[in-house]
Amino acid sequence: MGVEGIGASVVRKEDRRFITGRGRYVDDIKVMGLTHAHFVRSPYAHARVKGIDATAAKAMPGVVDVLTGQQIVDDKVGNLICGWAVHSKDGTPMKMGAWPAMAPEVVRFAGQAVAVVIAETKNQARDAAEAVVVTYEELPAAANIKAAIAPGAPQLHPEAPGNVVYDWAIGDEKAVNDAFAKAANVVSLELTNNRLVPNAMEPRAAIAEYNDAEEHFTLHTTSQNPHVARLVLSAFYNIAPEHKLRVVAPDVGGGFGSKIFIYPEEMVALWASKKVRRPVKWTGDRSEAFLTDAHGRDHVSHAEMAFDANNKILGLRVKTHANFGAYMSLFSSSVPTYLYATLLSGQYNIPAIYAEVMGVYTNTTPVDAYRGAGRPEASYLLERMMETAARQFKVDPAELRRKNFITQFPHQTPVIMAYDVGDFGASLDAAMKAIDYAGFPARKAKAKAEGKLRGIGLSCYIEACGIAPSKAVGSLGAGVGLWESAEVRVNPVGTIEVLTGSHSHGQGHETTFAQLVAGRLGISVDQVQIVHGDTDKVQFGMGTYGSRSAAVGMSAIFKAMEKVEAKAKKIAAHQLEASEDDIVIENGEFKVTGTDKSIALAMVALAAYTAHNLPDGMEPGLKEGAFYDPTNFTFPAGCYICEIEVDAGTGKTHFVNFVAADDFGRLINPMIVEGQVHGGLAQGIGQAILEGAVYDDSGQLVTASFMDYTMPRADDLPSFKLSHTTTLCPGNPLGVKGCGEAGAIGSSAAVINAITDAIGHNRLEMPATPDRVWHAIQLQQAAE
Amino acid sequence: MSTVKLTVNGKAVSADVEDRTLLVQLLRETLGLTGTHVGCDTSQCGACVVHIDGRAVKSCTTLVGQANGANVTTIEGISRGDELHPMQAAFRDNHGLQCGFCTPGMIMASIDIVNRYGGNLDEDTVRHELEGNICRCTGYHNIVKSVLDAAARMKVSMAAE
Repeated sequence: MGVEGIGASVVRKEDRRFITGRGRYVDDIKVMGLTHAHFVRSPYAHARVKGIDATAAKAMPGVVDVLTGQQIVDDKVGNLICGWAVHSKDGTPMKMGAWPAMAPEVVRFAGQAVAVVIAETKNQARDAAEAVVVTYEELPAAANIKAAIAPGAPQLHPEAPGNVVYDWAIGDEKAVNDAFAKAANVVSLELTNNRLVPNAMEPRAAIAEYNDAEEHFTLHTTSQNPHVARLVLSAFYNIAPEHKLRVVAPDVGGGFGSKIFIYPEEMVALWASKKVRRPVKWTGDRSEAFLTDAHGRDHVSHAEMAFDANNKILGLRVKTHANFGAYMSLFSSSVPTYLYATLLSGQYNIPAIYAEVMGVYTNTTPVDAYRGAGRPEASYLLERMMETAARQFKVDPAELRRKNFITQFPHQTPVIMAYDVGDFGASLDAAMKAIDYAGFPARKAKAKAEGKLRGIGLSCYIEACGIAPSKAVGSLGAGVGLWESAEVRVNPVGTIEVLTGSHSHGQGHETTFAQLVAGRLGISVDQVQIVHGDTDKVQFGMGTYGSRSAAVGMSAIFKAMEKVEAKAKKIAAHQLEASEDDIVIENGEFKVTGTDKSIALAMVALAAYTAHNLPDGMEPGLKEGAFYDPTNFTFPAGCYICEIEVDAGTGKTHFVNFVAADDFGRLINPMIVEGQVHGGLAQGIGQAILEGAVYDDSGQLVTASFMDYTMPRADDLPSFKLSHTTTLCPGNPLGVKGCGEAGAIGSSAAVINAITDAIGHNRLEMPATPDRVWHAIQLQQAAE
Repeated sequence: MSTVKLTVNGKAVSADVEDRTLLVQLLRETLGLTGTHVGCDTSQCGACVVHIDGRAVKSCTTLVGQANGANVTTIEGISRGDELHPMQAAFRDNHGLQCGFCTPGMIMASIDIVNRYGGNLDEDTVRHELEGNICRCTGYHNIVKSVLDAAARMKVSMAAE
């Protein structure tokens, strides 16, 4: 495919603007007549709003207006929606309470907005917000799952008795009961999957402009999916019809899921821009990000696995409680159900699985998809289970896994997913070799002799990516289709613009997508421009999440390219007086195979637009579009192994080695793929040993800043050793699987398995901070 | 209100500002130098790092008044025309950035690190020194590689000077 085509580690096209400070993020944008918004937020996790007095605030310098939750209700702006309908096992639809963009009567989490100040400057808006007097009647709060489902717990929403959103189940309960009845051994495990704060480095921001002459809105916002934002804002919130609303997501500083969703602040900015007839800008600060960006994970699970006498798995039974926070965020309902329980077969032959998931309201920030979304929770549960089982049976954890691996494909799991292809033994072998697994006992003994606790931990993950076949997700309750679109425009001078519905917020699409086009035509990536993130430019698109941009987004470009090439070949054949079947594309030229006759791409493109000499009946121009809808998910899989040493005196974990062997199918740009893995690993390791959102019993988020919430820093992490094994995905024309979430999905279990191996017992929860590890060591020593 | 005079990227700047104005506000809002970013409100993330008289400083916790008379360099001021600073080039060549938001602060902090150590750096030192800068995308793996690569490039030019 050439030096810049598929498989080449091309240096990123987009980097120059970022390394020179010329990126263009939402907060960088200036608009004439701009006003600034600052939100008045509830200090209470649960309270009745008794009154809002903005008299003093309105009199302050620069204040344009103060708007309240009641006004947004009066203006009939729609409540926030959850776009995935999940039904309880008794068939009833999930029970959702209303979520107005600003609370008119009751606040249900600390940080929920009740009013907004619009002022000439940011400082003036902030100052005036301090002067808005809100009278609250504090109500008792349910700050965690246990408190929310306890008898007599405070009720968040009248629609959801007992704070239960749904009580859902998947799988065959009877088959699982039968499996357990004949089991030789049962392994059980209680697990907490800790709540995380996504913390993209760029806080969310919005600039809303209303043109009253055109009745047209423009919203610049930090979105992973601007078309979805426009669709939701139009269809459900009554802000403006789609053709009167342009949504632009320019450079976006990281997303990790948190910028998929439509949030109150963006809605309020749009609504307010019409109210005050001025452009309105809101840029969140980090405290607001902690309080209002959708959090991730937060499961409590009980799991049991049944084995036969030969250590083959017979069945898995899981009961999970998932915390949704105070309101149902856009895709929240799908995360602990169809993105979690459908992956509970992992890499293993498990004949019977039954999983129950109870989704619960609490007086906390809403929870939704965060890098991996459901799949890290599944992977963590299974991989801790396998490690626990191996220790219980006193067998090698690698061999217990290998014995139970799925080796025949396609493989239908008992929980919906049909794995298309994979080679789990190959990635396990690669990782074991990379870390010298065989040499570990000697290293452990040596460390012990030196008074150190050394441990090794494995995690063999699988995920469902390339989200997703529209028909499949539609049958499971999704409110949208999950195809992707592309348009390839060959300009008359032979340069190419590709308009894609995917959105890059760090993933490097401007390079990888260009590589696909450049490779097919034999031209430089510099001749290809990727256009994304603007609903006025790009036809439509579903955006970037669920590791879908390569598998779905690039496949759409592939389809459009095939159409462009077919037409271009016809033009070339006509110009060269040859048969189109004899035309091949090489080095930017259309050649008649076996001859020295050729015509440059630029001349073909020019011919298409001058239209002086085209084949009879052919339309002028060289521009084609395609919509691509996959037929299945993709299934990236791999093996991570972590070797650590624990300081028994302090409980601090030191990474000796971390190896990753992933199977992502075909790699477009290995450099970028590895970068995605590095970042994912950091987030998974962060979850394992550093990160955790902590609420006190009154619902205050006590980890609401970088001073209190431990983000992974450079000296917390090791360098990683990566390798790849390859089975090509048969489900898309490129053979790609997706690589964006793997690291975050697979790594947490490897780390905890290593630490529990080092300390000699299994009673350890994430984040395994030095304090927790130290206490766990004391527990073990007391037992001995 | 106070009048402050300083030099930013080699140009003399004079501005009347509220006393509470932060250096990052002057850079971004008054001077339009939006390469310097704000990623937190507790001086932790380092997206706002600039150089004041050659030293890396967090501009989100520096009052403009504290920079009065100083020589301020931002991410926009380190390349010579089209020629990238070796640290910029190293970040690009080693894929030391993804979303780009932390990158300006990372580059400015890293230049200061290399300068302070005279280019004599190892991985542990780089990781320790980068403690004041947070990146959520890269896992730091390629940032560390970038800084070590740039240190080697800068050491050569330091030796030549």
